[in-house]
Amino acid sequence: MSKSLSVSELEQIALQIRIDIIESLATAGSGHLGGSLGLADVFTVLYFNSMTCNPDDPAWTERDRLILSIGHVAPVLYATLANAGYFDRSELATLRKLDSRLQGHPGKDHGLPGLELSAGSLGQGISVAVGLAIAAKVDKAQWHTWCICGDGELQEGSVWEAAMAAAHHHLDNLTVIVDRNNLQIDGPTESVMALEPLSGKWKSFGWNVIECNGNSIEDLLKATGLSRIVSGKPTVIIAHTIMGKGIGSIEGNFRWHGKAPSKEEANGFIKEIKCRL
Amino acid sequence: MNTLQYKAGKTGFGEGLAEEGRLNQNVIGLGADITTSVGMNLFAEKFPERFFTMGIAEQNCIGVAAGMALAGKIPVFSTYGVFAALRTADHIRVSLCYNNLHVVIGGAHAGISVGPDGATHQALEDIAIMRVLPNMTVISPCDATQTRLATIAAIEQLNGPVYLRFGREPVPDFSSPDQIFTIGKGELLRRGKDLSIIATGHLVWESLLAADQLVAEGIETRVINLHTIKPVDEEIIVKAAIETGQIITAEEHQIIGGLGSTVAEIVTRHHPVPVDMVGMNDRFGESGRPEELMARYGLNAAGIYTRARQLLSK
Repeated sequence: MSKSLSVSELEQIALQIRIDIIESLATAGSGHLGGSLGLADVFTVLYFNSMTCNPDDPAWTERDRLILSIGHVAPVLYATLANAGYFDRSELATLRKLDSRLQGHPGKDHGLPGLELSAGSLGQGISVAVGLAIAAKVDKAQWHTWCICGDGELQEGSVWEAAMAAAHHHLDNLTVIVDRNNLQIDGPTESVMALEPLSGKWKSFGWNVIECNGNSIEDLLKATGLSRIVSGKPTVIIAHTIMGKGIGSIEGNFRWHGKAPSKEEANGFIKEIKCRL
Repeated sequence: MNTLQYKAGKTGFGEGLAEEGRLNQNVIGLGADITTSVGMNLFAEKFPERFFTMGIAEQNCIGVAAGMALAGKIPVFSTYGVFAALRTADHIRVSLCYNNLHVVIGGAHAGISVGPDGATHQALEDIAIMRVLPNMTVISPCDATQTRLATIAAIEQLNGPVYLRFGREPVPDFSSPDQIFTIGKGELLRRGKDLSIIATGHLVWESLLAADQLVAEGIETRVINLHTIKPVDEEIIVKAAIETGQIITAEEHQIIGGLGSTVAEIVTRHHPVPVDMVGMNDRFGESGRPEELMARYGLNAAGIYTRARQLLSK
């Protein structure tokens, strides 16, 4: 993708992605709104700046790989891919419907361009990302592997098996982005199963740790840039995001983790975003 | 007549893997701390740049293998069958099978013949768990030579996930090194019209011994080596049902969900005949010498013979 977009241009794209997420979920009638909205800025920065990718040639061997481990935020991936030109935006209206390429959780067998992995069972994507990064090292290839994890997902034990392996094998061609919104289905992560000190955990596992505001395009540009110049160890970006970011009335409300807006709610939400377009 | 050689299935696996390592640069090995016990040292020593230690972390191994396969590699991962197939089941289901990635999982130390280690280490449910997963191929060769050829075939002939099961104990290595191993094709080892024994793994050898005794008593016994549990050779099973009218299955595995269930499903659908099953009957194993355990649970020639006689007398 072109790396010449300005911060304000990227911010506009993130707003459009948010509108597309809300519309597709309202049409689907189910799905995960909160986390999808919270990650719109991360996805914008990755697909419109940081990642080496080519929507006209999704299978290009030199492309960066993006593994979405938290499959339930598929709507933000789909909306981003559509905005980046992998497929037509109109297809977003088929989300979660029979015969759609936009499965509730990403399903590669349905042939969606740009989708790297079928995923949805938590805690697995980071292992797959480690495998990709090792394979790239074996081939002395230049492409980078990116992996998006949820914070609640870090409660899965195999995440830490993968974290150990990535540091052990010196995978400096791997960046994991943790969507640190502090919420999971049952409530705040720190009440359900505390993750803090999160940065210290990753550091002690041998990772380069970067913390940033995951809803700031500028911060994310800096963090993703820094993650690529570290040598000898993998990087985790702990991206502090707000679930439902962009819609004042639902921001930070975990009840919107797994909920879709009604048509009326969606109209109100979109109006709120359009004020800033 | 040649003297019978004894050899462990895991040695055949290691030899096949090392051979493929030489022939195919895309083959990568993943070790979960028991590299030598599962025979992978033969690969690891020759191709250290393509062998990666992952520690005692089987779930991660499956995901890592999936990632490598996405990047065009052919990862081979092996540990004891109990851990390879069961501890990792959801990772295999989603990361491997749903993505239909070409990864070879070696399920070592299969069956009760692991012996003194006891129930926790005896893989007796792995076939059942692996064969219900869409896209998965399940192979259970009869001896070391066939395991070597099956390993090569699993790497060269398939495009999706495969579970390859083999044992630890040295057992008779009787199959021909010149055989053509075809995934999904059962092997007719002995002709007969009165009874069929369909077996998998080491119990194929025990079934041949049981058949010797039955034949000596005038029962024309057919013996089939069903080395591929999935995709299963329906034709050879249905033919056995039609031509012999009764079937005994034999496996070092739980009866529920394993080879016995596989055969019964096909026979019931296409040509119902009596089927009896030799296997573990819904219970855990225990410590003991391999041959003691095989005798206790009827997983040997004598056990198969007895069940055949019971079926014939019905």
